[in-house]
Amino acid sequence: MLEKALSGSKTYYTLVLGLLVIIGIGFLFYLQQLDFGLGITGMNRDVTWGFYIAQFTFLVGVAASAVMLVLPYYLHDYKEFGKMTVLGEFLAVSAVLMCLLFIIVDLGQPQRLLNVILYPTPHSMLFWDMVVLNGYLFLNIIIGWNVLSAEKEGVPPEKWLKPLIYLSIPFAVSIHTVTAFLYSGLPGRGFWLTAVLAPKFLASAFAAGPAFLILLSFILRKFTNFDVGKKPIQTLAMIVCYATIASLFLFFCEIFVTFYSQIPEHMDHKLYLFWGLDGKGALVPWMWSSLLMLITAAVLLVFPSGRKNEYVLGLACIFIFFGSWIDKGLGLISGGFIPNPLHEVNEYIPTVPEVIISLGVYAIGFLVLTLLFKIVVGVKEEVRG
Amino acid sequence: MENSRRKFLKTAGYSVLGVAAGSMLIGITPRSSTGAAEQASGNPEYKSRDEALKAERWGLVIDTRKITARINRNMQRACHREHNVPDFVGKFGAKNHEIKWIWPTPFKNAFIEQDLQYISDHLKRTEIPVLCNHCNHPPCVRVCPTRATFKRESDGLVLMDYHRCIGCRFCMAGCPYGARSFNYRDPREAIEELNPDFTLRTKGVVEKCNFCAERLARGEAPACVEASNGALTFGDLEDSSSDIRKLLAEYHAITRKAELGTLPSVFYII
Repeated sequence: MLEKALSGSKTYYTLVLGLLVIIGIGFLFYLQQLDFGLGITGMNRDVTWGFYIAQFTFLVGVAASAVMLVLPYYLHDYKEFGKMTVLGEFLAVSAVLMCLLFIIVDLGQPQRLLNVILYPTPHSMLFWDMVVLNGYLFLNIIIGWNVLSAEKEGVPPEKWLKPLIYLSIPFAVSIHTVTAFLYSGLPGRGFWLTAVLAPKFLASAFAAGPAFLILLSFILRKFTNFDVGKKPIQTLAMIVCYATIASLFLFFCEIFVTFYSQIPEHMDHKLYLFWGLDGKGALVPWMWSSLLMLITAAVLLVFPSGRKNEYVLGLACIFIFFGSWIDKGLGLISGGFIPNPLHEVNEYIPTVPEVIISLGVYAIGFLVLTLLFKIVVGVKEEVRG
Repeated sequence: MENSRRKFLKTAGYSVLGVAAGSMLIGITPRSSTGAAEQASGNPEYKSRDEALKAERWGLVIDTRKITARINRNMQRACHREHNVPDFVGKFGAKNHEIKWIWPTPFKNAFIEQDLQYISDHLKRTEIPVLCNHCNHPPCVRVCPTRATFKRESDGLVLMDYHRCIGCRFCMAGCPYGARSFNYRDPREAIEELNPDFTLRTKGVVEKCNFCAERLARGEAPACVEASNGALTFGDLEDSSSDIRKLLAEYHAITRKAELGTLPSVFYII
């Protein structure tokens, strides 16, 4: 099936070439980071995780969201998702790949990466994150590829795939749960020390991931002959709508507990994010626009007439994707580190090299996504004849 | 063709699963609980010297009434010289990359959880020294994915293996005291006078106070204690006749963020 990725239109080649150029530039900056150290980023003694780890956290959510297609399709036999499920699985593959790369570019000593396997440490959540992320990556590669090749041959998928497919469902939940546990189990970090962190991660992931898939389906329909159909998009839109509302509800619960209890250690981080602290508030406009985007999108989608209009749906999906990206990709990590354990406020602003390296990682993910989706579209076209 | 490729993928898939399952099993099997530390102490090649100072659990008592700005300066200078701590702030003005093992800070920052409404004039005026607490239940050790930071079973010190650390900085997120620093760049560029008796770090690893484990092994007191003009007392917390236990019996002392249950080994007499 790989040959499907090798021939395509001019637009396709331009896209692939463009992504390769971005990857190349990102790699050059990564070489600079390897040479100088992580000092070329904006991270500091207090905010010790920055843009990289934030992107990692956001993308774990995108990866986990494939389960919103896999679960209805395989467990509830919801046939409408038949055409889309493999798209979700391949989106998960590229998202997990980016997650792993973001962890690697964040390491101070990447050449010692294998120490995590040489000295396996079950009491560290990072060890378990490595286990579930790699497991989920391989599960989705194996499942997606085999189901697609069965479709190409016109035969039902092989029987041994079934248990792997069922296994991928708890794995999807586990990758985002374990990722939340990286943060929520740390004493003295009041912002993350909440039991709703994992549920909130999952809810916002099940909103942002499927929203992105809806947008991808629109793009595929515009540029290829591949149309997933109206029905599955509408079902996904409903999932996006409820997941957005659920994540907003969990956010409201957190705000209530924090500001009704008035415990400073929990309040100060949210004060920093939404109002600024000690005169410093680089993220204030971002956080409010994120909240506004998510609320607007929820309102737009909750009415059936809004959901059914594809322009409104597209707009809402863009709002949800970027709203969640700001929430997890900017606010979540910085917010946990500011103020620091000594209650000092040292802000974090990513640097240009840091952003370019991140773009390089995103370009690798989108390249893999482009190749995989090209194969899917090729196979679907061939089957249809 | 298609078939053989699918077979290959199938086999590859199974072998990957096997490796994943295998590594999970290794992870679950109980191994030495402290890794590097135990391997080192269990190895007959590493014997401690006769003159080495020993304790069941090292501890430190800081008498804040005796602390002055001069003592704070002297302690930090002695510590940072002893341990080849780079001065990025002085050399490059890089506040972001600052590395510090022991440093003075206002009482309200060191003890954010205490009632700060009407603190004494002395506490308002004087900065007090903060450093790694060498917790009995260290969160940094719990979160480290490679056991590069570990609690030494023999004396309770929380130490680092700079050659194993992958630089993920999870320990820095885990530490509730802000005691850890990261080498955002090559430390060699900012060390004025190299101490050949202590290790140099590379860029990309975390470091922190080691309670002068290398000096204790030579029978010497920690550098900060030596430079403290009597404001700092160190000793064995498990030995009821030790100097620090006598101090703790006589005065009420507090630890930082006691509510987190980390059980610090550094005590403050207020």
